[in-house]
This record gives sequence, C-alpha cells and structure tokens, in this order.
Amino acid sequence: MKNIFLLITVFLSGIYSQGILAQTIVKGLVKDGKGRPLAGVSIAIKDSYDGTISDSIGNYSFKTFEKGTQLIQFSAIGYKSMEQTIKIEGEFIISNIQLKEEISELTAVVISAGSFEASDRKRASAVLDPLDIVTTASANGDVTEALKTLPGAQQIGESEGLYVRGGTAAETKTFIDGTLVNNFFFSSVPNIAQFGRFSPFIFKGTVFSTGGYSALYGQALSSALILESIDLPEKTSANFGLSVIGGNIGWQQLVKKKNASWGINYSYTNLAPAFSIIKQKQDYSQAPLFHNIDGNFRIKTSKTGILKYYGYFSSNKLAFTTPSLDSLGYLDQFALKNTNHYHNLFWKETLPKRWKISVGISYSNNKDHISSEMEDVNKSKVLLSGLEFKNFKVNTDGNYLNGKIVLEKKLKGLSAFRFGSEYNYGKDHSTYTDYNLQQFPSSLTQSTTAIFGEGDIYATNDLAIKGGLRLEHSSIIDKTNLAPRFSLAYKLSKGTQASFAYGIFYQTPETKYLPSPVALSFMRADHYILQFQKVINQQSFRVEAFYKKYHDLQKTGIINFRPTAINNSGFGEAKGFEFFWRDKKTFKNFDYWISYSFLDTKRDFLNFPYAITPNFAARHTASVILKKFVTKLKTQFNGAYNFSSGRPYYNIVYDGSQYKFSDKGTIPDYHNFSFSINFLPSIGKKDAKAFAVYVLQISNIFNLRQVYGYQYSYNGFRKQEITPSSRMFIFLGAFISLGVDRSEDVINNSL
Amino acid sequence: MKKMFLLLAVVSISLHGFSQNEKYVKAMEQLVPAVDTTHSVQGLLDLSAAFERIANAEKTQWLPFYYAALCQVNLGNMYYVQGQADKMDPLMDKAESLLNKATALENNNSEIYCLTKMYNSGRMMVDPMSRYMSYGIAAADALAKAKSLNPENPRVYLLEGQDKYYTPEQYGGSKSEAKQLFEEAKKKFESFKPADSIAPTWGMGQLNYFLSLQKGQE
Repeated sequence: MKNIFLLITVFLSGIYSQGILAQTIVKGLVKDGKGRPLAGVSIAIKDSYDGTISDSIGNYSFKTFEKGTQLIQFSAIGYKSMEQTIKIEGEFIISNIQLKEEISELTAVVISAGSFEASDRKRASAVLDPLDIVTTASANGDVTEALKTLPGAQQIGESEGLYVRGGTAAETKTFIDGTLVNNFFFSSVPNIAQFGRFSPFIFKGTVFSTGGYSALYGQALSSALILESIDLPEKTSANFGLSVIGGNIGWQQLVKKKNASWGINYSYTNLAPAFSIIKQKQDYSQAPLFHNIDGNFRIKTSKTGILKYYGYFSSNKLAFTTPSLDSLGYLDQFALKNTNHYHNLFWKETLPKRWKISVGISYSNNKDHISSEMEDVNKSKVLLSGLEFKNFKVNTDGNYLNGKIVLEKKLKGLSAFRFGSEYNYGKDHSTYTDYNLQQFPSSLTQSTTAIFGEGDIYATNDLAIKGGLRLEHSSIIDKTNLAPRFSLAYKLSKGTQASFAYGIFYQTPETKYLPSPVALSFMRADHYILQFQKVINQQSFRVEAFYKKYHDLQKTGIINFRPTAINNSGFGEAKGFEFFWRDKKTFKNFDYWISYSFLDTKRDFLNFPYAITPNFAARHTASVILKKFVTKLKTQFNGAYNFSSGRPYYNIVYDGSQYKFSDKGTIPDYHNFSFSINFLPSIGKKDAKAFAVYVLQISNIFNLRQVYGYQYSYNGFRKQEITPSSRMFIFLGAFISLGVDRSEDVINNSL
Repeated sequence: MKKMFLLLAVVSISLHGFSQNEKYVKAMEQLVPAVDTTHSVQGLLDLSAAFERIANAEKTQWLPFYYAALCQVNLGNMYYVQGQADKMDPLMDKAESLLNKATALENNNSEIYCLTKMYNSGRMMVDPMSRYMSYGIAAADALAKAKSLNPENPRVYLLEGQDKYYTPEQYGGSKSEAKQLFEEAKKKFESFKPADSIAPTWGMGQLNYFLSLQKGQE
C-alpha cells in the first residue's frame, strides 16, 4: 500500500515536473512582405496557452514550458496566417518570419473609375446610400433625379432620362437585379420630364456608371444604372400615406420563421387638386392620374440563397391643351393613356467550391394610346388645311423579355472570374391612324443575345485589374460585335487610389428610327477614364477626367413622313473632367456634397447638318446638396442648388435637299433652388405604435425663370420657350408606418 | 493488487483531467480581472491575443473566445471615443469571428447576447446613417434577448443605461431614466453571483464612472 502511494506521488510529480523544469524563451522578429516590421501580430504555440504579440518594432519574446517539436503560429488582421515548426530546447530559440498581406475587401483597392456606388455595403465609403436619394431636396423622391446631383449627368428638364457625358438619354440603360428594364420611366409627354416608375425604397443598392462599366452589361453607349432590389424586410408592417397629390396603402408581411416575406402596395396619384392651386402652363382636361399596384415575395431558398419576385402594374392617363404655335387662336391637344406591367424574378445562390450563380428574368408589357389634335378656342376638334397631319392617333404595344445568367468563381483572395449570357427580346407593335382614319400598322421584333466573361485579378491589396469581353449579336441588324473592357485601380496610400478604365461599347440603333431600308450596323463609343479618389472617414473626394469617341452613330432622314435611320455615318466625341466632394464629418449632423462637371462635346447624328454641340449638353454643370438634422426639432432640413450653363438650341429644318439650321442660339443659364423638410415626430416616443414622417418639399423656391429650350412652329416662323409646367411646386405629405417603429432602438444604438 | 492498479489508473486519469481544467481556470483567473482595467491599445490587443490562445488550445470553452471578442469591441469603442471610427471595422471583423466561435459553443447565453449587442452597436457607429437599419436593429434585438435570458444580468442594465444616457432627450434619451437604470444595474451587480471564478463580472468600473457623472450633475 505504501508503495502505491509512493507510486502515485511519483506519478503526480511527473505531471507537474514539466512546470518545474527550465522554461525556454522564444523570440524573434516579424516583418511584412516588404520587409517592414509588423506590430500587433499574434504569436502562439499551437494547442498551448503560450505566446504573445509583437511590439511596435516587430519584436516578440515569450517564455514557454513546452518542449520538443512544436508548431508556432503567426496571425494578424490583414495578413495570411503562417506556421513554423520549431524544436524547443535549451534556454532560448529564435524564430523570425515574414507575413504576406491578405487580400481582403476591407483593405483592397476598389475598381471605381466611372462609377458611383450607392449601397449599404459594409464598406464605409459608399458615395451615396439609398436614404440619400429620398432626402435630396431636388430629387422629389426619384432615383434618377437624385443621380443628377452627381457629376456626369446633365440637368435636363424637358424630357426624362439620364444624359451622361454628352450622351443622349437613350444611351443610358437601367438594370434591375441584372436584367434590362425597358420602360423605366413613365411614357414621354411633350416638354415635361417624367419620373421613374419605381419607388427608391425597393432598391438597396445603386451603381451609377458614367462610363467604362463591366462586360456584364451592354447596349448602352454612355451609362449604366444598375439597381439591386432589397431582400427580406426587418418586420411585418402596414404603411399608408396621404399627400397633396394622392395616397398610398401597403402591407408587408414577414413570416414567423423570418425566411420569407410578401407584400402588396397600391398608390393613387391625382394631380388635379394640386394643379387647381399651382397654375400650370398646360390646360388640363385630364390632370395626370395614376393607379399603381406592386407586389413582391422573397424566399430564402437556403442559408445563402434567395429567390425574389417583384411585380408592378400601372394605369395612368392625362390630357391637356396648349396654345398652338402653328395657327394662332387654336389649341394643340395631347392625350395619353398608358398601361404598364413589369415582372422580375431573380435567384441567387452560393454553390460549393466558391461558385456563385445568379439568374434573373423579367417580362414587361407597355401600352400607350396617344392622341393629338387641333382644337379651336371652344375645345372642339378642328381640321386645319395644311395642318391635317397634326391630327393623329398612335397606339403602341410593346412586349419585352429579358434574361440573364451569371456564374462566378472566386479564386484566391478577392480574385474571381465570371461569365454568363444575356438575352433581350422585344416586340413592338404600333398603329398610326391619320386624320382621315387611315391606319398604318407596323411591327418590329428584335432580339439581342450576348455572352460575356470577365476576370478580376488582385495582384496585391494595392493593385487590381479587371478585364472582360462581351460578344453580342443583334437580330435586327444581323450583326455581331466583340467589345473589350478593361480597368485598373492602384492604391496610392490608405484611402487614396488612382483608377483607369477603358472599354468599347456598342448599341443597336434606336427602335424608334427603325425599320430602316438599308443595312445598319452597331453604334459604337470608346471610353477612356482616369480617376483619382480619396475616401477617409466620412469624407470623399474624387476627380475624374474622360475622353469618349463615338463612331457609327445613326443618321436619320424622313421616310414615309417619319424620321428613319438611313446610315451609320454619324460620329462625335466628348471630353471633360468632374469633381465631387462629400463631407459628413466636419459639422455635426450636417452632410453636404458638391459636384461639378465640365463637358466639351460635339457630334453629328440624327438630322444634324454637321457636327455640333448637341442641345442636351451644357458646358458647366454643378450641384450643391445640403442636409442638416436638427435633433431638438426632430427635423431634417435639406437644400439643393443645381446649376447648368446655357445649352445650345437649334431649329433644324429640311429644305427639300438637305437639313439646315433655321435658327440657333444659347438658352439662359439654369438655376434651381429646392428645399425640403422632413419632420419625424414619433422618433423616440416610447412604445409608439406608428412611425410618421411629414414632408414639405418646395422646388424652385425662389420662383426663378427656367428655360429648357425652344419649340418652333411647323413653318419655323414662330418660336416659344420650353419652360417647366409651373415655376414653383409645393409638395406636402404624411407617411405613416405601423408596426415598424424601430426608430428608438435605432437611435439609441447609434450612440 | 490488480484493483489497486485500477484505482491508480482512475485516480491518475481524473487527476490529470482535473489538472488540465485547473490549468485552464488558473490561466483565465489571471487574465479575466484585466478586462475591467485595461485601457490601452497594446494592452487590449495583448489581452485579446492571450484569451484567443487559450481558446484555440482548449477548443471547447466559450469564455476565452467571448473575452477575446470583448477586448476587440472595447478597443473599437476606445477608437470611437478618440474620433477614429474608421479604425473600427477591422476590429469588428475580428470580434465577429471570435463571437461566432463563442456562440457555436454556447447558445442562449445572456452574456454572449450582451456582447452581440455591443458588437452590432460598434459596427453601426462607423456609419450610423447607412447602417442603423441593419446593425442598429440587430443590436436592439440582441439586448432584448440578453434581458429575456437573464433579467438578473447587471450588464444588461448597464448597456441600457448607457444608451439612455447618450441618447438626446428628443429621441427618448433621458438622464433621469439612465440614472434609474444605473442604479438598477448597481443593485444587480451587488446581488450578482457569477457561476464561477472566471464567468463575466466586468462592468462595475464603467458603472461607477456613470454614477459619478450623475452625482456631479446633481
């Protein structure tokens, strides 16, 4: 028995003897890939408590009781972890190491030339986020209006769309979840810019590329607006709103398991009451009236996958008269009825082995019924001799199907390659009915098929290269193109980077000038963009210079009384530079940005007699946006100033043999001041059931005269300014959301 | 004799096992008090690394992962106070991975949810305007969950009090309500019995700071 206790004692002392035996000091020096000492590196012996971190000059030293062959691990944020086998014996041993930088999203350079990203990503440096769009005073809650405060876009008020760096609105294409959107704006009305159809609240991310964009997108000579729809909502909620122009009601349901949601919204907009107070230039017999319904569902198909559907239906109409320029004492009447529906289904999933797939498909239908006629002062229809052509009707019916599939494989670090295919189909049918009821139907079916591949290579955290190729075939012109894209970004220092982008961009001639009696080819633009950007702690500055060369633009002539593409002999170029500065830091609760664009462009296209600066290109464009939140008043004050130097205007007439100018000049400079107030009274109210936002918005607050251009009588003898429908416009609304008052939590936690 | 050897074997195994656990507890006991008293960049990084080494060696203990993450979050908050919010994201990345490991080993723990709240608040502070909808709500949810799991956890009231204290009155902040919460926290601290010698007890230092601030105002 005694022996046994002895045995136990020996045994136990054996266990502890390790501790009594000599310790070994492990020490060394840690450097980075460039040989600079690295501080804060964690050093540990595997499966032991022993270790330390390196000091400010990269040295480390620690004691250990471990013996024999051990694995020593080195790890630090932003670096690849490394292991070394060491044999621990004697009093001390030395283990030096060099750690390689790990390429990560947080530290790597971003390929940013040509694009503004507005998203809620982790990266703190997003230029504009979705909330910015709805609080920009001059934007009236419209996505594209907000983007017009960024450099690159023109302040065009007489028609909708983004006119980017000397390009037309048709040269900008919009994509939702990867697929093309065909009628992003409400149908055009003469001399009145229309809004986008979609609420900014359905998008979580916005990338506004003013050039040099990726091979994943095509058919846009100038610009791509890439919108990403929201995922599951935070909570079930009911919403309603009431404003001077209408009301809306909606329901959004998040299922209990929080893995799926659905929602439906209806909005009614009627501008009649507002127009009865705010005098319009047009005399409306039918003030703009809109019924919009949208619905959605979103289902998490797995931990990493989501299936999203968004559907939209709109029915709207308007009719008005304006005094006719063609025959004094008579009126021009314009009436429009539009129905549109849009369906988008999108699925994305992460696959094994670092593959990702995303598939999107969208279908839309758009119907316009347009009627134009001349009326006498009593608003009775008249047929004036020589002006019979002003009485007509056009019915259009367009069906569009767009699909896209993208596969992505992540390689080492952030490097990746992706490839896929896009298919766009459109069938436009229109019937033109002339004054004596003769009908001229026409149909146009076309499709564009594309395949594309793209690679991102991150050589280090400081250098990224993106290269891509896009192959497209257009059925209507039966031509194929191959477009290379290339961009590069280099990090100069923390938060500072320089980028370059180059690409060739093709676009099929515009449908409204087709069909053509001759064989046409793609229009082409080459982009060269150089950018410098500095983003540090809530402040961003960027300057960009660009050169754009246009080839093969469509020229038009009059065939069967309508402008028709006749060849691709047009050309042009655009060059300029842009500044952007945004600061959320200097003043508390105060956010502002300033943008300036300089543009020098000339082109010969459509019916231009020769290369001229087009009427949609101002030399200088600038915006100043201010947002101030006053905590005591629970109110946000937003101001906006938009400026554009006088654009040229032209009246181009056909003299029987050629096009020539009958008049030209420069419109006055454009200034616009807008102001809005958002009052959020429910903020911070304990257990508030409803969350309310009251909005007052005043556009053109100083009631300035704004001129967008001139319109001419048919014979060219009379001209008239194109101006906004009213100078000042005032919007007042209340929006209430039930069941989602998280504002208190939200603000509590922001501190 | 055979029996004796068996006994010996059992004893030695259990002793050996115990010694391993004792080694763990001893190492932790040395480090845990430092959580409340370390306020330097190097100190917090050191401490976090020490906890992480223990965590990686032990593999099945959630506490060292929890403390390692806590040090990262505390360091992030320190940077925030110094106006260096741009330095927070890398720390929060690290905290997130540590926190995930702790959560994988121990779920439904009030202390882990308190830390999850602090982590999410830290993320949000980098860019409150664009992050409140995601991280702000996640933070509030985590704190509510922490309270429901253990209403006696004093750190829940300390965190609630801090939120109330720093929030402007217009948003539902209130110095007097904060005071009540701090006093509630104090009571909870006094009656709080940690599960063992290395369970979280931190917070008294911060609480005393807030209580002294309020004294100054009266």
